[in-house]
Amino acid sequence: MSTSDLTAGAQPEPIRLRATGTRWSEVVVKASLALCALVSVATTIAIIIALLEPSIEFFREISIVDFFSGDRWAPLFEPASFGVQPLLVGTLAVTFWACVICLPCGLGAAIYMSEYAHPRVRGILKPALEVLAGIPTVVFGFFALTFFTPLLQDLGLGVNVFNALSAGLVVGVMLIPVVASVSEDAMAAVPQELRDGAYGLGATRLQVSTRVVVPAAISGIIASFVLAISRAVGETMIVLIAAGGLAQITFDPRDQVQTMTAFIGATGLGDVPTGSVEYKTIFAVGLALFVITFVMNILSIRLVRKYREIYE
Amino acid sequence: MSAAPGVVGRRSGGDRVRGTAFYVLLLVAVTIGFVLLFVLLADVIRKGIGYVDLTLLNEPNSSDPSKAGAGPAIRGTIYMMVLLLLLVVPLGVGTALYLEEYADRDRWYNRLLEINIQNLAAVPSIVYGILGLAFLVRGLGLGRVLLAGALILTLLVLPTVIVASREAIRAVPDSIRQGAYALGATQWQVVRRQVLPAAIPGIATGSILALARAIGETAPLLLVGALTFVAINPTLLGSFTALPVQIYQWIARPQDEFRLLAAAGIMVLLAILLTMNAFAIWLRNRYQRRW
Repeated sequence: MSTSDLTAGAQPEPIRLRATGTRWSEVVVKASLALCALVSVATTIAIIIALLEPSIEFFREISIVDFFSGDRWAPLFEPASFGVQPLLVGTLAVTFWACVICLPCGLGAAIYMSEYAHPRVRGILKPALEVLAGIPTVVFGFFALTFFTPLLQDLGLGVNVFNALSAGLVVGVMLIPVVASVSEDAMAAVPQELRDGAYGLGATRLQVSTRVVVPAAISGIIASFVLAISRAVGETMIVLIAAGGLAQITFDPRDQVQTMTAFIGATGLGDVPTGSVEYKTIFAVGLALFVITFVMNILSIRLVRKYREIYE
Repeated sequence: MSAAPGVVGRRSGGDRVRGTAFYVLLLVAVTIGFVLLFVLLADVIRKGIGYVDLTLLNEPNSSDPSKAGAGPAIRGTIYMMVLLLLLVVPLGVGTALYLEEYADRDRWYNRLLEINIQNLAAVPSIVYGILGLAFLVRGLGLGRVLLAGALILTLLVLPTVIVASREAIRAVPDSIRQGAYALGATQWQVVRRQVLPAAIPGIATGSILALARAIGETAPLLLVGALTFVAINPTLLGSFTALPVQIYQWIARPQDEFRLLAAAGIMVLLAILLTMNAFAIWLRNRYQRRW
């Protein structure tokens, strides 16, 4: 479009900002990136198929009612018994003791980092928590079995060599960074005006923390709790090493228990023949584990989204 | 006329006591994890230091603790690290680029994709082991081989790499993209020549941290059969073992000597992880730009 057109008073041609043709190389790029993204979708589908197919076969042989109502878990014995309750109780016990440690400590650490710590202290604490989060679980398992359990024995608690208490507490230590970082994120998203308003009314730091920041960040805090519980339920190595291998219904934390994950680990170790009932139990228990953690993960994702929607 | 002007801003004694008590509680909550971390490290070093030697680094496992080493396990872990890096970085960065640069956020399938990745990040690692057992080891008939282990670890840390890469890509300011478009660049030219180079430090840091997490994983490898005796160097399609699995095997033995050997193995594992973490942090501080 030259100036002479304009001076001539002709209608200027509308400027086209669209590409004149499809650039196929661009389409190929987009398609291959989408293909990468599809890998994670395929992973989820593959997990579901891998779990469902043998589980369906399993429940054809063992009734689903017996599975959930039975109180004896002995798939490798004669006569075999497939009541999953002992595994659920074991998982519950370990998760409970993990929560005793990780929920208060994680929340406390989050409040400290968000409301009390000098920025420089926070700058040291956050990467230090990452280091704690980066310790492999097999190392925590070693710690539980060879240090923590003997310590509890020395304290005169009369714990078994393998016990739910020691395993659970160490799982709790491992999960402190999970609770702390997700909760701290939620607290950081609380607008500064809310704090300033409360301080302006004469509130103390304690009151601002517990009556303003924590309630304002509550959905994120609950999300961190749910995520930690989900991780505790799914933790394998610590319980496999330190909680024992005897599936029994006991609420005595000094006694040994077997969790769902520890059963899968212990059974998967051996060369179980494909197609046998023992082989299929891995998948049935795995399916139960997957469903429990899936429900909690989705709940936690929704809760995180909630505070993001409100404040960001 | 209840309070004299001078009283404004003064705290009651009860407030101060409660405030201090709460502060002390918070300090306890923060320190407890670090105290235990310190105790853990001290305990591992005290037990393992006597066993860290060339035998541990080179020799295969043995039923005699004084001759047993983790040579094949360490090499297995290193091989898996290389494979993982080759697999997980392109997949993770590709997915992150798709989600950040190409995907239309309002489409239901893209939202589903995001939730799917968030959920995968929280699926217990042993479930990935089951996946490997069912699909790779038995289904595809790969057998209990190194490649199966590496593939499973790839899927396990893929969500972590995606999340880290997305954050790095999102941190690149839009003005850079707009500038490139204004000069006539196509979308892929913008991504390849502007966005990716600017995001690489963040992507590298995130990938190394994810890799460090992967090589510490034990549970999924147990299910794909890494718990075997391997005397020779591992190959892609041969039976294999990895350092954390070797450590587990030693812990599970009743003799005390093997527990000490396990502690020595843990020292090697932690040394590798710490080096990787330190490298990632150095990379972040050295190259990451703030816009």
